[in-house]
Amino acid sequence: MSLDQATVARIAVLARIKLPEAEREKMAKELSGILDWVEMLKDLDTSKVEAMTSTVEMVLPQRADKVTDGGYPAAVLTNATEPVRISQTDDSSGGFFTVPKVVE
Amino acid sequence: MATLTDLTIAGLRDGLRARKFSAVEVADAYIGAMAKNRHLNAFIVETPDLAREQAKVADARLAKGEGRDLEGVPLGIKDLFCTKGVQTTAGSNILKGFVPPYESTVTANLFAAGATMLGKLNLDEFAMGSANITSAFGHVKNPWTRKDGKDLVPGGSSGGSAAAVAARIVAGATGTDTGGSIRQPASFVGIAGLKPTYGRCSRWGIVAFASSLDQAGPMARDVRDTAILLKAMAGHDPKDSTSVPRPVPDYEKALTGDVKGLRFGIPKEYRVDGMPAEIEKLWQQGIEWLKAAGAIPVEISLPHTKYALPTYYIIAPAEASSNLARYDGVRYGLRVPGNSLDEMYENTRAQGFGAEVRRRILIGTYVLSAGYYDAYYLKAQKVRTLIFNDFREAWKQCDVVLTPTAPSAAFAIGDKQDDPIAMYLNDVFTVPVNLAGLPGLSVPAGLSADGLPLGLQLIGKPFDEETLLRVGGVVETAANFTARPGV
Repeated sequence: MSLDQATVARIAVLARIKLPEAEREKMAKELSGILDWVEMLKDLDTSKVEAMTSTVEMVLPQRADKVTDGGYPAAVLTNATEPVRISQTDDSSGGFFTVPKVVE
Repeated sequence: MATLTDLTIAGLRDGLRARKFSAVEVADAYIGAMAKNRHLNAFIVETPDLAREQAKVADARLAKGEGRDLEGVPLGIKDLFCTKGVQTTAGSNILKGFVPPYESTVTANLFAAGATMLGKLNLDEFAMGSANITSAFGHVKNPWTRKDGKDLVPGGSSGGSAAAVAARIVAGATGTDTGGSIRQPASFVGIAGLKPTYGRCSRWGIVAFASSLDQAGPMARDVRDTAILLKAMAGHDPKDSTSVPRPVPDYEKALTGDVKGLRFGIPKEYRVDGMPAEIEKLWQQGIEWLKAAGAIPVEISLPHTKYALPTYYIIAPAEASSNLARYDGVRYGLRVPGNSLDEMYENTRAQGFGAEVRRRILIGTYVLSAGYYDAYYLKAQKVRTLIFNDFREAWKQCDVVLTPTAPSAAFAIGDKQDDPIAMYLNDVFTVPVNLAGLPGLSVPAGLSADGLPLGLQLIGKPFDEETLLRVGGVVETAANFTARPGV
């Protein structure tokens, strides 16, 4: 399976990784190499095989739908790139993450 | 008395309890060793002050006779485990400067057993690699040297952990293993490394790579020390829904040295084309050792072995592309500005991730994308079932499986770097174990013609780490591996 540069560009958009045009050819070659190699799985008839969901035979645990953690916005924001408060002068005004403007 | 850094964890524990030396003395000895070995680049962050603080607490407890299992034992922590208040990067630029406000369950368990922390150990970026050359913090050097004098890789992804244990700058270390990342580096530096059964150790607070394969485990100088560490690391954790609610045995007690009548499987499919004669010879030696101890070899077949690596290189990147979607420059880590939200994401991820991580995210995105999901991802999950069933059949014939850990000894830095698939082949013997969720142990067993360590791998039944350790102990005793790296 060989990937063309347009496909690689499309995957890069889906993955949200900027891929300069100059790098597309090299990446297309590398990814095609890996896809060619995994082609060998097609030799196997898996029409009657169930897909693996878990290697451990266990039922996923359930718990009550109750809040067990939280209530510390300052700790949550300690690593924020650009945390802001509603009011720059009032520490108690709550913290937020910021992103570039998304609404015109 | 030997120097403190020459003692195993068991030796440290016994000496500390008998008050032959103090935990602060032990910490200082290791802090000195750490400073002397910076050329290995094993650490991303050193935490000598924290180690001394923790050692003081340990000494106070030991004085009162309240020492816990690992009281005062200095460990290195792979920089994939979140440590409260200490930078955690996963070896990536995208997490440079990230200081977790919480502690991973495994490290919390180790600290609750009295362990102290010397620092955070280098690794391949997001644990993706087999040579520790993809870290944003530079490659790690193997403390062993080859006759031609070239710098060697320590294996990966837990390369810093492996190098630090082998060079005796930590008493033991944590690793994680998604496709061989504990066992292959353990083999490359001549130490013991155990990947537990999937679900044995909590994954909570460990930076996720491929969630259905990732498992934390111990790396230490000998099999007994891995048993001691595993007991402290393992256990059920409600915060990881795949963590299994089973009691944790006292693994050290499994080391009885008795393997009489035990059946060990030799999978014929592991005799791969082009396997070096010295690896084949070591494997044969391992068979002889176990036979001499009274165990019975059984030829077994794991017919889908050759499909394991391609299966892995669909499943692992698919899960990684999903897990690593969280690094978007919004809530933590690197942010590279852009004119729109999407452009900010794209710029951040292009600059923040290294080449191998970008490659795997793109492959993963492709195999999960509309129109290709069935052909790649679903197909791989079906082949995974076949690989899982291979092992289930094998357990009808044997109690444990013996194989080489890796197809070669450590190679030079720069080798295999141009061809991703050549690099991926390092994990040919370790990857099937992760796909089947089984426990695997690498034990140092001999030296290559170049004088480099080689390991043998034991694969166990689910949650039968005890048999694995028992057999590993017998192989270790027979091998009598006493060689030390030049550092």
